[in-house]
Amino acid sequence: MIPAKFSYVRPESLDEAVQALDGAGEDTKVLAGGQSLLPLLRLRLAYPEAIVDLTRLGELRGVRDEGGHLWIGSGTTHHELIRDPLVRQHAGLLAQTAATVADPAVRHRGTLGGSLAHADPAADLPATVLTLDGELVVRGPGGERTIPASSFFVDYLTSVLRPAEILTGIRIPKTWGGWNFHYEKFCRTAQSWAIVGVAAAVRRSDGAVAEARLGLTNMGSTPLRAQAVEAAVQSSAPGSHDALRAAAASADDGTSPPSDLHGQADYRRHLVRVLTARALITASRL
Amino acid sequence: MTTAPEVGRDRRRKEDARLITGRTNWTDNIQLPGMLYVAFLRSPMAHARIRNVDVSGVLGQDGVVAAYTGADLAAEQGSLPCAWPVTEDIVIPDHPPMAVDEVRYVGEAVACVVATDRYVAADMLELIEIDYEPLPPVLDMEAALAEGASLVHSDKGTNASFTWPFSAGDVDAAFGDDAVVVSRRYVQQRLIPAAMEPRSVVVAPEGDGYTMWSATQIPHVLRLMLAMVTGIAEHQLRVVAPDVGGGFGSKLQVTAEEVITLLLAKRLRKPVKWTEGRTEGIQTTHHGRDQIQKVALAADRDGRFRGLKIELLADMGAYLMLVTPGVPLLGAFMFPAIYKFDAYSFTCTGVFTTKMPTDAYRGAGRPEATYAIERLVDEMAVELRMDPMELRRRNWIKHEEFPYTTIATLTYDTGNYEAATEKALQLFGYDKLRAEQADRRERGDAVQLGIGISTFTEMCGLAPSRILGQLAYGAGGWESASVRMLPTGKVEVVTGSSAHGQGHETAWSQIAADQLGVPFEDVTVLHGDTRVSPKGMDTYGSRSLAVGGTALVQACDRVVDKAKRIAAHMLEASEEDIEFEGGTFRVRGTPEPATTIQEVALATFAAHDLPEGVEASLDSDATFDPENFSYPHGTHLCAAEVDTETGMVKLRSYVAVDDVGVVINPLIVEGQVHGGLAQGIAQALYEEAVYDSEGNLLTSTLADYLIPSAADLPEFVTDRTETPSTTNPLGVKGVGEAGTIASTPAVVNAVVDAIRQFGVNDVPMPCSPEHVWRAIQEAGGEPATTLGRGPGR
Repeated sequence: MIPAKFSYVRPESLDEAVQALDGAGEDTKVLAGGQSLLPLLRLRLAYPEAIVDLTRLGELRGVRDEGGHLWIGSGTTHHELIRDPLVRQHAGLLAQTAATVADPAVRHRGTLGGSLAHADPAADLPATVLTLDGELVVRGPGGERTIPASSFFVDYLTSVLRPAEILTGIRIPKTWGGWNFHYEKFCRTAQSWAIVGVAAAVRRSDGAVAEARLGLTNMGSTPLRAQAVEAAVQSSAPGSHDALRAAAASADDGTSPPSDLHGQADYRRHLVRVLTARALITASRL
Repeated sequence: MTTAPEVGRDRRRKEDARLITGRTNWTDNIQLPGMLYVAFLRSPMAHARIRNVDVSGVLGQDGVVAAYTGADLAAEQGSLPCAWPVTEDIVIPDHPPMAVDEVRYVGEAVACVVATDRYVAADMLELIEIDYEPLPPVLDMEAALAEGASLVHSDKGTNASFTWPFSAGDVDAAFGDDAVVVSRRYVQQRLIPAAMEPRSVVVAPEGDGYTMWSATQIPHVLRLMLAMVTGIAEHQLRVVAPDVGGGFGSKLQVTAEEVITLLLAKRLRKPVKWTEGRTEGIQTTHHGRDQIQKVALAADRDGRFRGLKIELLADMGAYLMLVTPGVPLLGAFMFPAIYKFDAYSFTCTGVFTTKMPTDAYRGAGRPEATYAIERLVDEMAVELRMDPMELRRRNWIKHEEFPYTTIATLTYDTGNYEAATEKALQLFGYDKLRAEQADRRERGDAVQLGIGISTFTEMCGLAPSRILGQLAYGAGGWESASVRMLPTGKVEVVTGSSAHGQGHETAWSQIAADQLGVPFEDVTVLHGDTRVSPKGMDTYGSRSLAVGGTALVQACDRVVDKAKRIAAHMLEASEEDIEFEGGTFRVRGTPEPATTIQEVALATFAAHDLPEGVEASLDSDATFDPENFSYPHGTHLCAAEVDTETGMVKLRSYVAVDDVGVVINPLIVEGQVHGGLAQGIAQALYEEAVYDSEGNLLTSTLADYLIPSAADLPEFVTDRTETPSTTNPLGVKGVGEAGTIASTPAVVNAVVDAIRQFGVNDVPMPCSPEHVWRAIQEAGGEPATTLGRGPGR
């Protein structure tokens, strides 16, 4: 990698990191696992003046049970998500989704926080956090604030995160007992990005699906919820594969999928309906 | 000390420890005192006139040693060579290593900066100012040949470089009214070779001359070409290919960067290094394939093939590089493949476009030909309502008919298509899979099964010099070997082949060990350095073993002949009475007295008592020029599951039975087949270089140019039949390209077979999910399922 010149700081505490960011110019980038930033530096698509490296911050690591929710440090790697017993118990969808990301090398370095803060709609974890009604805890010069995932993502590679704010942790409500999950990722090679991904959480009652939450990867400029399908499930309580397929037919409502090398928009619209049906069927265990 | 023969033994490769750990001389690992680094500024335009290049902003900056434009070097940089002017009237445009007046593809070098470190050099590129006057890009081959098309080289008056025709037999009669004719248009998409090790070059001035280390497949050819391009005398150039991490043809080239780095070292009198980045490599290391094939097959109603007509357009890119125009001609001879025809016509037009030049890529012409014929045969089988294997059986050359001269005038020395096919069918479970296919069709399963066949052959062992001369190639096709017997009886083998991942050091050691009767461990193989191995034609076209291996056998024979005279003297017997076996010389018919080749080596070194007129050396050289090519063949069978709702293709099983002749090291052959299959499957399913309408390469990272990994491939079932080649004494044929050549049509045939019931008779490569899905949609075939049934549900 031959990036352009930048200055580099590696703070030892979160306060120090916020200070460093607060004092820095607009062109400062935060480095976590580096799996998005480094490729941008390599291609000289990013020219940061300074890089603030968060990898030494113990405050961003670990997973804690905080009573009503699970707190997952933003520096938790994909690999740690896959292995962590608390994540597997309370937010199994996150572990399952993390296991589909790229390859072992990426999963050992890439972080949950990095993936969310980068706000790439083609990334897998944002749609999953959105599906699980996660909240993002951020720290800035003015203190801490908590942002629901549903209002965190603004546009392609854009979130409500302010320049001097650091995403410190993700809260997942511990309300998913009794739900089943599935992340249906559609990609051409094992290591490639999702052409479309569907995160599904499903609660059954009396042999039918009573509720579903569905997050969509790469179906617009941000991760999206398939609200029409969620509503259809709510109202029809599908109890068969055919009924779930019927509910999934509106999966592309309200989406604006991109057209690129890996798929034209109409193909993605078709795919998301197929994949939503499959995700629902798998998660429903019907 | 007779031991089991080395040839045929699964030896682990002796070079692997250093290659895999990287603790070796990859070119980029080479560090020299005072070394400078060069970075190239590359054109962002597909086609433009260069009005002005201004490097003044760079000069004088910290760390900057020099900066040059193409115009600065115009007087000395020459023109990059094309060694294969395939016709007398071929249009060969001037190809300056750095563009002077005009750029003709995105990525073409226009200026360079030399600095004390590579970061500075890269940063400084952004300070160079260039004024371009845009010219129209030329991107589509068919449009490029139309009247009034914009020209890539305006001074040439045409975008056609050459047209090369071939014809044999009465083609009109073969395609007469009573013939069943299947005509198709296939597109061989453009591919990017993507060797694991990027290109890298280091040049150091040494005395009056220069040493170049380059990640190249062709140190010998490169030295000769550099001398011709730059005017630096050949004896003042030493070219070293240190350990080289893959090439697949992409390093069979004389590159702009090699020429410029040499000229910079000459100007600055300092060592200079250049190493490409991955994106830079994807853009500017030559590309492969890129043909439009209009093909037609004529047969009798009962399935006997009559004629074959092939019309190719081959995308040259913006310039002709080392063997660019010759690549499609290697295919010209292979379209008839293993089949018998009454008539054959072939024509190929090379077309200039404003894209990266194409050149040899694993298989080079032969995969394109094999794809077209094997796809066509399947389509003909459908037309005739015949099993595709049965149709092949009716038309292939029978094993008792060898040697057989094909309609394309090649003489296949040996082969046994029946045996390879029989074995493959058994391993594959052909009948059972056909039954499952019928069942899935019947049920209207969302996942359909297809079976693809490829009964391929290819030509290896490049090449008889006589034939290369007839084809207007600029060099011969021989190979050299030297054997040096050291005083202790250890052996240095020098080969003119230039390994870049093939395992020469192991295979050549096995051959020498058997020929000389010495232990495998006692042999060292030296290669890839014009000062160590001064004569060679290097490695490409699956030639190293068939040609270079034979040279080694001949050199070993000469060592034994020399040793025999000395042994006879030592044993006080006449030379005619000496026999040699397993490293020991004996008087015929008696166990004692005896002497070993090691003892003879020592006695030769000491030279105290040599027979009269015998020189004190066993060392021997040989140069072998083959009489004919060799023709590996095989039967590959692929079962593919196609998810008709998404278009996703999953390979369920893949059986490859290859006949590569005698096998020196089965483990190496297995590795070559696996890697070859992966690369051929990659063309079928994953890879495609895509340019946009402005001529920008969109697939310029490995996130967009999809190379499959082991996770994407099935477990390959491989086996062999062994029909020795009679063209060389080892009986070997070559295996470097077989898997790549065979697998692409096997996979696409399977994909098309899976969805043919929807009315599909082709899917454009790569058979991406979207291409497959659209093929089903466009054929008007609705999958007989509701959405979301999916696989395994």
